[in-house]
Amino acid sequence: MLSQLRPAIVMVALFTLLLGVAYPLGITGIAQAAFPGQANGSLVRDADGQVVGSALIGQPFAEARYLHPRPSAAGDGYDASASSGSNLGPLNTDLADRVKTDADAIRAETGTQVIPADAVTTSASGLDPHVSPAYARLQAARVARARGVDVAAVQAVIDDHTDGALLGFIGQPRVNVLLTNRALDVRFPVGT
Amino acid sequence: MNIQGWAEIALTLGLAALIGWPIGLYMSRVWNGERTWLDPVMKPVEALFYRAAGVSPRQSQGWLSYAGALLTFNAAGFLLLYAILRLQAGLPLNPQGFEGVSPHLAFNTAVSFVTNTNWQSYGGETTMSTLTQMTGLTVQNFLSAATGATIAAALARAFVASRGEGVGNFWVDMTRTTLWVLLPLSAIFAVVLVGLGVTQTLQASAAATGLEGGSQTLSLFPTASQLAIKQLGINGGGIFNVNSAHPFENPTPLTNLLTAISINMLGWAAFFAFGRTVLARKDVRALAIAALVLLSLSGAAMYAIETQPAPALVAAGVDASANMEGKEVRFGVPASVVWAVQTTGASSGSVNSMHASYMPLGGALQMFLMQLGEILPGGIGSGIAIMVVMAVLSVFVAGLMVGRTPEYLGKKIEAREIQFAMIAVLVLPLAVLGFTAVAAILPAALAGLLNDGPHGLSEMLYAYTSAAGNNGSAFAGLTANSPWWNTTLGIAMLMGRFVPAIAVLAIAGSLVAKPKLAPSPGTLPTHGPLFIGLVIGVILILGGLQFFPALALGPIVEHFQVLDAVARL
Repeated sequence: MLSQLRPAIVMVALFTLLLGVAYPLGITGIAQAAFPGQANGSLVRDADGQVVGSALIGQPFAEARYLHPRPSAAGDGYDASASSGSNLGPLNTDLADRVKTDADAIRAETGTQVIPADAVTTSASGLDPHVSPAYARLQAARVARARGVDVAAVQAVIDDHTDGALLGFIGQPRVNVLLTNRALDVRFPVGT
Repeated sequence: MNIQGWAEIALTLGLAALIGWPIGLYMSRVWNGERTWLDPVMKPVEALFYRAAGVSPRQSQGWLSYAGALLTFNAAGFLLLYAILRLQAGLPLNPQGFEGVSPHLAFNTAVSFVTNTNWQSYGGETTMSTLTQMTGLTVQNFLSAATGATIAAALARAFVASRGEGVGNFWVDMTRTTLWVLLPLSAIFAVVLVGLGVTQTLQASAAATGLEGGSQTLSLFPTASQLAIKQLGINGGGIFNVNSAHPFENPTPLTNLLTAISINMLGWAAFFAFGRTVLARKDVRALAIAALVLLSLSGAAMYAIETQPAPALVAAGVDASANMEGKEVRFGVPASVVWAVQTTGASSGSVNSMHASYMPLGGALQMFLMQLGEILPGGIGSGIAIMVVMAVLSVFVAGLMVGRTPEYLGKKIEAREIQFAMIAVLVLPLAVLGFTAVAAILPAALAGLLNDGPHGLSEMLYAYTSAAGNNGSAFAGLTANSPWWNTTLGIAMLMGRFVPAIAVLAIAGSLVAKPKLAPSPGTLPTHGPLFIGLVIGVILILGGLQFFPALALGPIVEHFQVLDAVARL
């Protein structure tokens, strides 16, 4: 094995230069030139050019006038520098308690009996940017009330930001929470 | 369950095998040193590498020398990666200002990436600097995948030779697989992924102020370049803590489909490359069908399992038609379960949903797929190599039944081959069950559990299964960043990687010297449905049954608890 020492060391060194330096830097160069928006995190700006988040990353919303996202296990909730799921097993009592509390709160607010699963479950990443169309629809009345507009008008904005499954069967229909909320602020400003 | 879901699962599994086929034929040309259209670009680089390293590319090595080169190369890679991890605080390109990694975590991580396991006891965006991700982890993503491919290339030459001596040259197989297959595919794939939304920047993070005024720090990385080889190399180590569930690693259903396909694509390619190199396409096709049958049945089962009512949802009166805890809305159940089956069947370990939150039988199936030996279709080369071991054992079993000396692909299978085949197969239960048994009574090990009861046992069993199977996925409730877990999981990874690798090379060394026999009337045909059934039987009995008692105490008990809990509501 001693005779293999030189090739081993030289190969590791050369491949580190090729695969660990040239390759990622080359891809970074191409990416920054061809797709700067995506490469830097698909950032979303408001009318003043301020970065309000990423189109791909969920963030917490608690005010009544906004669509609320799913519960999150990333940090204190939607910590985009510490992604995490809950990792609770199906029989874990913490999970059962959390789901029950959240479901009861939604039931009290909306009076509905049928609560979509995504409304009370944490996502895998803790940064899920989407909710299901059913959960968005459930929140439309609250948002409309808070903004003093028609439910139908709010629902129209939600529909504008709903993506279907690719070719009808790849992925799931979904509503982007941040983009919907930004559009709501533009369409129905609340006096601040 | 709905028809769209079934279609998505079938499309994902089918496309991977379909695309793997032509790439496999190309990979075989690369192993054989035949002409390819990349020669004008890669030949000069190849020659430069050999000259600098002092390698004589025409020299064919005996199996011991080949194995020695493999081990030395991996040891050198380990040492460099260990050094980078320990020293990252003082190295450049550390915009996050991360500390050096602790000795036991650095040991675990370096072993993990060198062995193609990519188990992660850490959260990527909170531990690893940009330099570490690039020059440390990305590099081993490539080289560990290429190392796996060399095992299949050597074994293929052993079957095709008649009274030969060498099994090929490790340095050539490793270099050519990297330069001709892994690097160009990754480069193209990485650029496509950026276009679809994956990040690729040297900036550490972006700051945002949300609409409600809260601030958010978005971790960024040169994600796409590492993601491409993480998937294609069947490595599975995420740039971010939550791996391919993170929207920056997997933003849309389309990126999900492409990255899911790439979990299995090169594993299948290695099957077809082996078949072309050995001139035994029909026989290898039979092995591929056996693997695809098991994988498809698993996909269907997983879909059925994850649409069973979850007790927490039923108790709260929530729509329980999909177990959405630990799953992303854009993927839903079908895209999550097919990925879970692919990643555990193929030694990838990349995840797009949190396995710990699956229904108990879902977790059992994930473990079972890893315990079969990572052959559905497994890693690049390592999968087909162990699959051939299963085929060798199958002809041996059949030979015992009819009283003839078994042959496979024109080579007599004798005591030495069977001994090494058993070593390759039995190291997995030794590492998994041995370590789990010890951990189950050690307070230092139990301290890392998140869940108690049978789910806690599952967390431990899953961890050692994943490590020894070189998979790397986790029931992530387990806090594995402690001296006990990091050290023992590292040892399990080393056992699971190098014992089978050396055993397969020993088989190759033994087979290469034997004459190639023409099939006789007494030869068992190894390409028909009968043999496919036999191989499936051997895989299930050998790979699966040894673990059944352990699974019965963990996820299977938990399954009955779930049924009980739902029935009481």
